Amino acid sequence: MAPSFDHLRDEDLDEDDFDVDEVDISDIREKYEVQLEQGYDAFVVVDGLPEVNEEQKPKLVKFLLKKLNTVGKTREDLIFMPMGEDGKSLRFAFVEYSSPAEAAAACRQLDLVPLDKKHTLRVNKLTDVDRYGREGRIDDEYTPPKIEEFQEKEHLRSFMADPSGRGRDQFVMFRGESVGVFWNNEKDTPENIVDRQHWTETFVQWSPLGTYLTSVHAQGVQLWGGPSWTRQRRFAHPFVNLVAFSPNEKYLVTWSNRPISIPEEGHPALSVEDDGKNYVIWDIETSKPLRSFAQLDTPAAAEGEAPKKAPKFPWPAFKWSADDKYVARLNPGQSISVYELPRMNLLDKTAIKIEGVVDFDWAPATVQRDGVKSYEQLFCFWTPEIGSNPARVGLMSIPSKQVVRSLNLFSVSDAKLHWQSEGAYLCVKVDRHSKSKKSQATTLEIFRVKEKGVPVEVVDTIKDTVINFAWEPKGDRFVIITTTEPVGATAVPPKTSVAFFCPEKAKGNAVGNFKHLRTLEKKNSNAIYWSPKGRFVVVATVANTQSSDLDFYDLDFEGEKPESDKDLTANLQLMNTADHYGVTDVEWDPSGRFVATWASAWKHSMENGYHLYDFKGEQLREEAIEKFKQFQWRPRPATLLSKEEQKAIRRNLREYSRIFEQEDAERISSADVAVVEARRRLLEEWFAWREAIRQEVAEEREIYGLPADPVADLIKAKTPELATDQEEQVIEEIMEEVLEETEEIVQ
Amino acid sequence: MRPILLSGHERALTQIKYNRDGDLLFSVSKDQQICVWFAHNGERLGTYHGHQGAIWTIDVDPTSTILASGSADNTIRLWEIKTGRLLKTWDFPTAVKRVEFSEDGSKLLGVTEKRMGHLGTIVVLDIKLDVDAEQSDEKAMTIVCEDSKATVAGWSYLSKYIIAGHEDGSVSQFDGKNGDLLYNIPIHELNQPITDLQWSHDRTYFITASKDKTSKLITAKDLEVLKTYPADTPLNSATITRKKDFVILGGGQAAMDVTTTSARQGKFEARFYHKIFESEIGRVRGHFGPLNTVAADPTGKSYASGGEDGYVRIHHFDKGYFDFMYEVERERQNKLNQQQQQTISA
Repeated sequence: MAPSFDHLRDEDLDEDDFDVDEVDISDIREKYEVQLEQGYDAFVVVDGLPEVNEEQKPKLVKFLLKKLNTVGKTREDLIFMPMGEDGKSLRFAFVEYSSPAEAAAACRQLDLVPLDKKHTLRVNKLTDVDRYGREGRIDDEYTPPKIEEFQEKEHLRSFMADPSGRGRDQFVMFRGESVGVFWNNEKDTPENIVDRQHWTETFVQWSPLGTYLTSVHAQGVQLWGGPSWTRQRRFAHPFVNLVAFSPNEKYLVTWSNRPISIPEEGHPALSVEDDGKNYVIWDIETSKPLRSFAQLDTPAAAEGEAPKKAPKFPWPAFKWSADDKYVARLNPGQSISVYELPRMNLLDKTAIKIEGVVDFDWAPATVQRDGVKSYEQLFCFWTPEIGSNPARVGLMSIPSKQVVRSLNLFSVSDAKLHWQSEGAYLCVKVDRHSKSKKSQATTLEIFRVKEKGVPVEVVDTIKDTVINFAWEPKGDRFVIITTTEPVGATAVPPKTSVAFFCPEKAKGNAVGNFKHLRTLEKKNSNAIYWSPKGRFVVVATVANTQSSDLDFYDLDFEGEKPESDKDLTANLQLMNTADHYGVTDVEWDPSGRFVATWASAWKHSMENGYHLYDFKGEQLREEAIEKFKQFQWRPRPATLLSKEEQKAIRRNLREYSRIFEQEDAERISSADVAVVEARRRLLEEWFAWREAIRQEVAEEREIYGLPADPVADLIKAKTPELATDQEEQVIEEIMEEVLEETEEIVQ
Repeated sequence: MRPILLSGHERALTQIKYNRDGDLLFSVSKDQQICVWFAHNGERLGTYHGHQGAIWTIDVDPTSTILASGSADNTIRLWEIKTGRLLKTWDFPTAVKRVEFSEDGSKLLGVTEKRMGHLGTIVVLDIKLDVDAEQSDEKAMTIVCEDSKATVAGWSYLSKYIIAGHEDGSVSQFDGKNGDLLYNIPIHELNQPITDLQWSHDRTYFITASKDKTSKLITAKDLEVLKTYPADTPLNSATITRKKDFVILGGGQAAMDVTTTSARQGKFEARFYHKIFESEIGRVRGHFGPLNTVAADPTGKSYASGGEDGYVRIHHFDKGYFDFMYEVERERQNKLNQQQQQTISA
C-alpha cells in the first residue's frame, strides 16, 4: 500500500536526512535524459574533398558552395575548412545550412555525389558524426562486413517460355477471395499455374512488362513473380489505395487517401519526413522510397460560384516519360512539376508555370522529331481561355522546357489529349461551343509530331459530340464514337455513331491527310478496344443494362475494296458481332490474338464471369463464375528481335503456320481421342454397374419370394375387374408414318 | 417441340407427377387445387377438392387407382382417381411436405414439417389398394429427424430403404422395415437444402436437386454419388428420363433473392444433361418464374415442368431428341444390334 498522508512518518517528511547530490542517478540520467537541441542540426560534415593549400582553398570553397547550394542555403563564411599544421587542408569541411531540413536534404542528395573524377563527396550530419563516431562507439579493429553468399534468384521472365511450346499468354483472374494465374488454352479449360486464397485484399495488377504481379494490402503493396510465385518486393505504404508503375518497371508510385502517419516506434521503410504524405515514389530495384508527396490542396471554389463537388483525385497523378527519366505532376491551373529520376529532384528547381493548365500528357514513346538531334522527351498540355487570351495547346520539350509547338483555339469548352502509341501523332479532341453556348461540336486537331515543324491538321467534319476516341496502336488510323446529345443523366443513353478515319494514300512514305472512311449509325457502342498490334478493333457497349454488343472490325480486309475507298489506306469489314450480356470490361491479349470480356462483380452482380473470343470475334469460351471480379492478361516485354528478323518471320509465315497448324490439329485430335476414350469408359462402367445391380435386385426378389415385377400382378388383378364392369372395347389407333416422299413431275 | 401450356392453377406449382402409364399428369399447387390432365393433349380431366391449405405434394399408386396428397392444412388425403372421391384423411401436427407410395403401392410415406415445437418426421402408413376398403388410422412407423429435418423422402427398390434428403444437404438411408438410421452422408454443400429426390424406374438409384446449384445421381444401396450435374442457379427439381439416358433439372433464382428478375437473369430454364457423361445437352425456355418441379413421362415420350408462374408446360419430344446420340453411344448401339442379329441368325 502506498503511504497516504495520514500514515506518513516523520522520517519521510524530513528531507534533510540525505544529500541530494549524493544520490547516484547517472544510470537514470543516461536512460532518460532528453537530448537537448544542441544547435548543430543545421551542420553537416563534408568529407572526401581534395587536399588544398591556403591559396587554393577559396577556389574550392566557391566550387563546393555551388554544389551545396543546390539543396539549401549556405554562405561562404558558413563553410569552415580546417587546415592542418603543414598548411594543407584536412580534406573535410563543416558547413552550416540555414535550417536542419536543408542539412537533412544535403545528406540525402549530396552524399556519394562525385565532385570530380577522383573525389566523391560524403556528407553527414554533424550530430550523426557525433552520435556514431564518438569514441568507443566504433570498434577500433576493422571487421570486414559479412557479404552474403550469392544466391541465384528465379528468372523473372520465365513466363515467356510456355512449357507447351505454343507461345500461350497468361492471365490472372480474381474471383471470390482467390487469385489464380492461368495459361490461356483457347477453347479448353485454362491451365492453372497458381491459385491462392486471399492473395490480395483489394485488386491485383500486372507490372507494365509483365514481370510482377502486384497485390494490394492494408500494410502496403507486394510484388510477386518467378516460376514459384514468391514475393519479390515489398513496399510498406500503409492503407495504400492505388498503385502505378513507371513504363519500364523501374519505379512505383503508391497512393493512399489517408496521409501517412509514422508511429512513434518508427516504420520499417518510411521515415519521419514522410509523415502526412499521400504519395510515395519507390525504386523497385532496391525497394526503397525515393520521395514522398502530399496531396495537392484542391483550390477553393471562387466566391460566387456554386461550390463544386470535390474533384476526384486524378489518377495517375504522377505521369512518367517514356524512358522513366522524368516524372511529372500537374498542379491544376498553375504549373507542372517535373522531377528527374533517380534523384527525384525538381528539374531546374522550379515547377514549370503554365497559367490555367488543365491537363498534360507525356508522349508514350521517345519521339525523334525531324531535325532535332539532342535528347528530349515531349509532353503536351492545354490551357483554357482566360480573359481575352485564347485557349492553347502546347508541346513542350524536356529538359529544355521549350514549347516547341503551340496552337491557339477559340470557344473551347473542353479538350482531351490522345497520343498515338509511338508518339507520332497527337490528337487533341476539342469540344467547342457555339457563341450562345447552346450547341456543342467537336473538332480533332492532329499534330504530326514527327514531321518537320509539327504541322497540325484539323478534322472538323464531325457534327456531333465525340464521346470516345482511340488511335490504332502503331498505326495511323482512328475510331471515334459520337452522339447527338451531350451525355447526361437520361434513362436510356442516346444512340451513338461509330466513325472510322484513315489517311489518304500518298506518294512514298508520307502519310496523307486524314479522311473519313465510314460511319455506322444507330449504335449503342460506347467503348473502343484496338488490338495491341493494330488492324483489328472491337467496338463495344459496356456497362450498359440494355445492350452489350461487341463488334469486331478488320481495317485491312483482304477482300474486295469498295470503289469509294480506293484512295484510302483502309478496307473496313465487320467480321462478327457478339453479345456478352452485362459485359463491363474488354481486354485484348498482348499478342492481339484473343479478346477477353468479362462482367465484374465490382460493377454489378448479374451473370458474372468471362468470355473469350479470337480476334475474328468467334467465341471460344464462356465461363460463369460467381463473384468474378477481375481479369487481366499478363503483358509481355517488347520483342528482342530486330526489324529484319521480324520481317523474315513475316515473309516465311506460311512455313511457320503450316507447322503450327499441323501441331494444332494433332493436339486437337489427340484431345478428341482422349474425350472419346473417357466417354467410352464411362459408358461401359455405367452399363456394367446397371447389370450388376439388376441381377442383385432380381436375386433379392427371389429370396423374398416377390414377383419379378412388383406391379404386374396388381395390374392384372385390376384389369379383369374393369373388363367385367363394361363391355370390352377395342381401341384402334392407326399410326401413319411418312417414310419417304418423292415428287416427280410428269410431263 | 411445341409445348402444351396448362393454365389451370392460379398460384405456384409445387409438384407434378405422371402416373405409371404416362397418360395422366397430376399437378398440385399453392392454390389448394389438385388437377389431373391428359398428358397427350393437355385436356383437364378433373380436380380433387377438399384441402384447406397449399398442397405441397402428390403421388399416385402404380395401378393408377388411388391418389395421395399432402398439404399445409396438416393432412394427408387419399382420393379415388376415377371419381374424385375423398377416401381417407390423416391429421398431423404440422404441414406435410412430401408423400410417396412404395413400389407396390402397399405403403405410403409422408414427410412432416418441423414447426411449433414439433420435430420433422417421416411417417409410414399402410395402404390397401382398394377404394372400398377401410384404411387404417394407425401409423405403421414414425421416424423422427432430430438433427436436420427431412425435406424429401422416398422408397427404394423392394421398399428396403427409406431415403431422405435433409435441409442441411445430407442424405439419410433408413431401414424400410423398422426405421433405423443406417447412414447419414453429407452429399450436397452444407446447409444447402435438398429440394427434390426422384427415382430411376427400378428404384435402385435416384437423383437429388439442391439449392447448392448441383444435382447428383446416387445409389440407393450405399449412397454412392455416381454423377454430379453442375448448374449455375439454385435447383428446385430433377428427374431421370426413360428411353434416353438424360436427366432434366429445373430451378432458377427466386424472385425474393434478386432485386430485378428478368427471364434471362433468373435462368428459368429446364436443363437437359446426359446422365452418364454429365455434360449439358440443351435448355428449354418458357417459364417466366423459377421451375419448382419437373417430371419425366415413364414411357419416355414427354416431360412436364411446373413453375412459380403457375403454369404447367408439357413437352412432347420430337424425332431429333430420340435420334440424338453420342458417337460412343451409337457405337454401342450398333454393336448390340449386330449381336442381336447374330443370335437371331444363329
